[in-house]
Amino acid sequence: MTPTPAPSPVTVGDVASLVRSKNAGPFWQTLDVFLPDDEAYRRVAEAPGLDAATVAAAYRVDPAGVRIFHLPHIRVVKISFPRPTTQGGVHDRDMHAGQQHVPLARLPLAP
Amino acid sequence: MPETHVIVPAGMLGAGFTAEAIDRGIALGGHAIAIDGGSTDSGPYYLGAAAPKMPAEAIAADLRLMLVKGAAAGIPVIVGSAGTSGTDVGVDWVAGLVADIAAEEGLRLRVARIYSEQSRETILELLAAGRISPLPPADELSADTVARCDHIVGLMGAEPIIAALDAGADVVIGGRATDTAVIAAVPLRQGRPAGPSWHAAKTAECGGQCTTNPRGGGVLVTIDDDGFTVDPLEPITAATPTSVAAHMIYENADPHLMREPSGVLDVTDAAYAALDDRRVRVTGSRFTPLPPTVKLEGSGLIGYQSLAIAGIKDPEVLADIDVWSTTLRDFVAAKALDVLGLTEADLDVQVRCYGWNAVLGDLDTDAAPPREVGAVLVATAADQATATKVVKLANPYLLHMPLPAMDHLPSFAFLSSPAEVPRGPLYEFLLQHVVAVDAPDHLFRTEIEEVGR
Repeated sequence: MTPTPAPSPVTVGDVASLVRSKNAGPFWQTLDVFLPDDEAYRRVAEAPGLDAATVAAAYRVDPAGVRIFHLPHIRVVKISFPRPTTQGGVHDRDMHAGQQHVPLARLPLAP
Repeated sequence: MPETHVIVPAGMLGAGFTAEAIDRGIALGGHAIAIDGGSTDSGPYYLGAAAPKMPAEAIAADLRLMLVKGAAAGIPVIVGSAGTSGTDVGVDWVAGLVADIAAEEGLRLRVARIYSEQSRETILELLAAGRISPLPPADELSADTVARCDHIVGLMGAEPIIAALDAGADVVIGGRATDTAVIAAVPLRQGRPAGPSWHAAKTAECGGQCTTNPRGGGVLVTIDDDGFTVDPLEPITAATPTSVAAHMIYENADPHLMREPSGVLDVTDAAYAALDDRRVRVTGSRFTPLPPTVKLEGSGLIGYQSLAIAGIKDPEVLADIDVWSTTLRDFVAAKALDVLGLTEADLDVQVRCYGWNAVLGDLDTDAAPPREVGAVLVATAADQATATKVVKLANPYLLHMPLPAMDHLPSFAFLSSPAEVPRGPLYEFLLQHVVAVDAPDHLFRTEIEEVGR
């Protein structure tokens, strides 16, 4: 009998209806997690592992610069931090920071 | 209760919109047509080079519709951040298009140009006077950083636009302005409260993006003494409490607060309610006046780039794409330093493997081999000729670089002949600072002239 592989952990992207990212001016980027219902919102907003330190590690930025906002009226968790590289600089890989939501979407939620 | 109606036909001048949308806004009582003409969002080139992002034809088509219909209805047309970055060149370019259209359409228009560009000398004087402070994550400004800027603009608020309208302008072409200022100027001038005026402006600044269908053109915002209403101008889309509330957080690091030159908008206690199935009513927005500040943007040249693109489909190479790209990069950089007599400080060479990790770099955790890769070799040097020489030197290696264990020379799929593409100048945003000013219209200069016939 083949052993069943361990189920992969549920991620932010799994429970969100939309995860998006964008510049907030040339020196900041901001990530928005839209949740489809109150239960999904609570799961992400109250996830013990989804704090400034975890986000900072996923993006290799200073945790002191990470700001997390909880917006229950629109079921959004919003995360903003200074861009690791200034927009358009020689090492910038994403001019509009439009694809920077993916590392956040891949973060696991505690079961 | 008095109301102010502002027609916002699109999120950006040159994006295009329908005549019907403007007609509907005018039929609903529009007091002005306001549109944003730019931002920093497309990167540092447009400010550094003082060049517009959109072609003249696209800008002129939108201007023509607004000018003809605005003149027929007797309402002003307001454009902010002209020419993408709002430099003086951008203001004059858009104002020139306005003059051409006025002549062609037989319109007589009073046009205000509001300049927001700042000379390096002005900024150095303000710096010496202790009036410039950094915004996070920037450090204190240095004279050296000011010297590196090719163009500097200040972001105007509503005040210079209100003054131009008070002076009888039919058309206002503003230099760099906050995205919201062109819209908020209209209700503020008519005495509507600042909270709803600025919040309505933030909601409408990207046109239909605050609706359920972001392709849905423009919106009409109606501001009164208690709040504001959002009414999409196109039948294909609708505003919902969620679509309107969600737009407040777009491109905004802080979802509750938004700083303007004259104070701060606070939407913490805002309430969003559906009036019917397409219109939304917003109340509870507050604005707190603060000592006035003007935010600065500056951009300076840091080099020139050339590039070449090779497509990779060979599974053996794709399985070790990290080894391949690192080997290529290091080899080309060493070769260029040797042959061209450059030092490390003169040159930057990168290989961005699109299809593998070009977008996220080291943040990419996906271990699966890619299906296909577009390897972009980018060289950055002090001048265009040197950057192009580096890519020419790289040509045979980008074409044939084997993996270390390979016993043959593969050949990859080049995009073009010549392979090298001179990409042009590279600029960098250098300012993230504000100036403390005595009045919000300080630093801005207005000129008014009659155009057309």
